Amino acid sequence: MTAPLLAVLDYGIGNLHSAHQSFNHVGADARLTADPALIADADAVVLPGVGHFGACMRALRASGLDDIAVAAAADDRPFIGICVGMQLLYEDSTEAPGVAGLGILPGTVDRIDTGGDASLVLPQMQWNELDLVGPGVDDPLLDGLEASWMYFVHSYAGPADPDLVTSTCAYGGAVTASVRRGSTWATQFHPEKSARAGLRLLANFVDLARDGVSPGVDDAVAATEASAS
Amino acid sequence: MTGPTVRVIPCLDVDRGRVVKGVNFVGIRDAGDPVELAARYDEQGADELVFLDITASSDDRATTVEMARAVAEQVFIPFTIGGGIRSVDDARRLLRAGADKVSINSAAVARPELVSEISAEFGAQCCVVAIDPRRSDATPSGFELFVKGGREATGVDAVEFARLVVSLGAGEIMVNSIDRDGTRDGFDIEMTRAISDAVDVPVIASGGVGGVEDFAPGATEAGATGLLAASIFHFGESTVAEVKRALAVAGVRVRPPE
Repeated sequence: MTAPLLAVLDYGIGNLHSAHQSFNHVGADARLTADPALIADADAVVLPGVGHFGACMRALRASGLDDIAVAAAADDRPFIGICVGMQLLYEDSTEAPGVAGLGILPGTVDRIDTGGDASLVLPQMQWNELDLVGPGVDDPLLDGLEASWMYFVHSYAGPADPDLVTSTCAYGGAVTASVRRGSTWATQFHPEKSARAGLRLLANFVDLARDGVSPGVDDAVAATEASAS
Repeated sequence: MTGPTVRVIPCLDVDRGRVVKGVNFVGIRDAGDPVELAARYDEQGADELVFLDITASSDDRATTVEMARAVAEQVFIPFTIGGGIRSVDDARRLLRAGADKVSINSAAVARPELVSEISAEFGAQCCVVAIDPRRSDATPSGFELFVKGGREATGVDAVEFARLVVSLGAGEIMVNSIDRDGTRDGFDIEMTRAISDAVDVPVIASGGVGGVEDFAPGATEAGATGLLAASIFHFGESTVAEVKRALAVAGVRVRPPE
């Protein structure tokens, strides 16, 4: 099998290295890059991010990769945002009022409401169990990952949009753990730090990068399940 | 309501890029190879790893950066490197090599601003402050901060210091009780509780574990969400999986071992 080319967007913030190393571990040719030509040639695009929404967004704009990220998310190639890279896809975040996000997904990233449980501190810095919801049940990215455990480090999370949210985890209430819209995916957790379950998710993404995203894939899965039941 | 998931964290001492203190796994090829040992702990279900760099000479610390790179290429769970980090540049080298967090100890006592510098540059999530308190009449809380492996008193109140570094941007506090270190009497519940009550970030309990039954009180009584141990894992007395089963029986939420 050929190794699909993954462009991991390098916009100059701290530790972006483990993402491309782990993609390579599951059969991708992942490159940490800021080169527009290489990003244009890639089979899929990865937007990582750690730390503060405002700092990441400013660094992304300063690098000039913000428009490239928006274009890559809009085309048919698989695109995935990870951790703060997921949060950047929204319109904005209460972590950095006045700083516009990429606006690829609707809504505002907000601080986690732990429901007054004093034993739950922020950040949520722990492993947590995925609950596949709504479109997540048929999502090829989450194939085989119902009730799997992933590593989270975050104080903020995306809105509970039932059309987009594919999995949640429990931290006080249900926290948005992953989303999908068309060929754009995002995970709040760190699959690259989530042992075998995380590597499975990354391998699922590499499969999508290799095979392309069929617009009819959801319909086909739904039809198969309907005929089976 | 679902409580926190508690993390079980083996700690390995590293000297010039090699793991020291006789690790004793069945069938291990190289007991000093950090990558092989990290992979073993990952297989057992370790939630994170801590590498404590005890390299004496700063000239030899480049080997620690190389070790971080090698571990990050092969082991896909979060890991922290502590020991010898005195500057933002020291932290940057380790984080760029693939470490998820750095742990600072004496340098934060000497110059607390280092915490805000690292936190501002890389985010609070990767900035762990490790403290070595000991019981003392010299400070208001009864817990005094020590440095140099517990040999040197500072006169600083450990609880106040924990509050200070959290206000400066520490994302996590590791409490290594000098009173309990090496005793095998269990975690220092009273000391760890005093810290976890004082700060609103995750606290890691460290020092004193003698058996699998010692872990649960670190969470249920001391309020820590990370439970760190070294020797009981290294000498093959207990596996991480056994510890997690004991925690689950005690009602503590853990990521189940596979």
